Amino acid sequence: MQYKSQAVARLYFIAAIGLFVAQILFGLIMGLQYVVGDFLFPAIPFNVARMVHTNALIVWLLMGFMGAAYYMVPEESETELFSPKLAVLMFWVFLAAAALTVLGYLLVPYAGLAKMTGNDLLPTMGREFLEQPLPTKVGIVVVALVFLFNITMTVLKGKKTAISLVLLLGLWGLALFFLFSFYNPDNVVKDKFYWWWVVHLWVEGVWELILGAILAFVLIKVTGVDREVIEKWLYVIVTLTLITGIIGTGHHYYWIGTPEYWQWWGSIFSALEPIPFFAMTLFAFNMVNRRRREHPNKAATLWALGTGVMSFLGAGVWGFLHTLAPVNFYTHGTQITAAHGHMAFYGAYVMVVLTMISYAMPILRGRAANPGKAQVAEMWAFWLMTVSIVFITLFLTAAGILQIWLQRVAATPMSFMDAQDQVALFYWMREWAGVVFLTGLVVYITSFFVKGETAKA
Amino acid sequence: MAGTFTTSMARNMFFGGTVFFLLVFLALTFQNEQIIPQRDQRAQLDANPAIAAGKKLWETNQCIGCHTLLGEGAYFAPELGNVYKRRGPEFIKAWIKTQPTNTPGRRQMPQFNFTEQQLDELVAFLKYVSEINTSNWPPNIEG
Repeated sequence: MQYKSQAVARLYFIAAIGLFVAQILFGLIMGLQYVVGDFLFPAIPFNVARMVHTNALIVWLLMGFMGAAYYMVPEESETELFSPKLAVLMFWVFLAAAALTVLGYLLVPYAGLAKMTGNDLLPTMGREFLEQPLPTKVGIVVVALVFLFNITMTVLKGKKTAISLVLLLGLWGLALFFLFSFYNPDNVVKDKFYWWWVVHLWVEGVWELILGAILAFVLIKVTGVDREVIEKWLYVIVTLTLITGIIGTGHHYYWIGTPEYWQWWGSIFSALEPIPFFAMTLFAFNMVNRRRREHPNKAATLWALGTGVMSFLGAGVWGFLHTLAPVNFYTHGTQITAAHGHMAFYGAYVMVVLTMISYAMPILRGRAANPGKAQVAEMWAFWLMTVSIVFITLFLTAAGILQIWLQRVAATPMSFMDAQDQVALFYWMREWAGVVFLTGLVVYITSFFVKGETAKA
Repeated sequence: MAGTFTTSMARNMFFGGTVFFLLVFLALTFQNEQIIPQRDQRAQLDANPAIAAGKKLWETNQCIGCHTLLGEGAYFAPELGNVYKRRGPEFIKAWIKTQPTNTPGRRQMPQFNFTEQQLDELVAFLKYVSEINTSNWPPNIEG
């Protein structure tokens, strides 16, 4: 690596992969509970498994983003990190907070956890994805602010590039919008309205800036295409993202008590949200086709291309599938949402973090790229995980269509649980696809330990 | 990417576009705040403190981890935004009290050991949510 302080990224990447494993294991537990309802009950009820599954995902992606920033910013700014010590300290704080939170979820009944952690002082818990106890939420804010201070100071003292500017805007936006997690009015309509300012404006807003910046950085490195060209693409993509995605928030405001004009604003703008993702696909393939060097890290290039394709399919196509209000009237709150969520998170954010890890980790370990055999294993992992997430998505989509028909469209609608029994076959197939995903993840981790000849970084 | 389209033009487009659409979104949010009082049943919240207490119970027992409320949450258990209309208050209370069913292989809901007063607060909350104007969602009573 070019700058010594980039080494802090390694800690973040290792912890990210560890939490990724936890996420998948709890995903498999939940998947089985869908068909064997009393599996692990009452030790791990479904809601607890789900909290661990989703919160581990969020935290490991944040760890990945932070690791990526610590790796990228010194190279972009052509200077050492403002404070590597602070970066290491914040890593341990974040990891400890994440571990304690997960242990709290698993070992203490949620109501007890709320009482113990001062939820009465400022009730913020018990809302989807924002289940974290108050001290954890405060911890996230502290870690994020110290991290942002560190990164911003580094950029300020060094060279300012478009990539670091977009990355910084994304990261500052992430911290800013998280503050809405502390706003929890009794009024359910207002609660839900501003809850989306965290959730939507993260994943369909500022996170896409981080995604774009990471992808642009890796593409410059592996293709050798002029920075000028790549940065122009980056600006165009993030422009498209925000001009569609900000008002696209309206596609969550159809049925939660908000005014009906959102059905128009939400439908029109969110129907355009696939465009930036399509631009991202074109971007990745174009840059790789115009490459000026053959980078020895083939696996990283594969991940970068995969991000382009899968984010378009998962976030773009599967998002569009149910974003128009007249369609969403039937699909809202069904397995269609789950199908979209799985492929979108994997295709956009999981894959971009794995792209960064794939590119940076060998260099952090003192080599230009991993040995050939290790790269082959990593590419097997890529295909196993990617193909199985496609099947998970297809099975959940099938389950969703059937569920909607039986429960919401048929002349004599079935109750929720009766409809669930009818679609059980698809849940079984989803679970088996999940087992393949886990196999891919095991192969992925194994690839880090495959030895062989390497060139020095 | 023709030669005439420079990076600084792309950057200006990014900032200009973002600020413009952010302002439009804020204007829509302002308009939203003007309209929702006619739809969100806020008068009930002032009149009956049990609703806020019920919401807190809903949150601190993480009901959203299995159920949906107005379509948002987990998809493991039934929609509860309209459960008050589907089942009525007495059924809801009796159901919560008798969990878990312990039927082998079936999905299980934990026992929360609520007091009678807490059950009434939860029911008050669910009644309030069922009266929010959701533009006729869900499509039918099954949720």
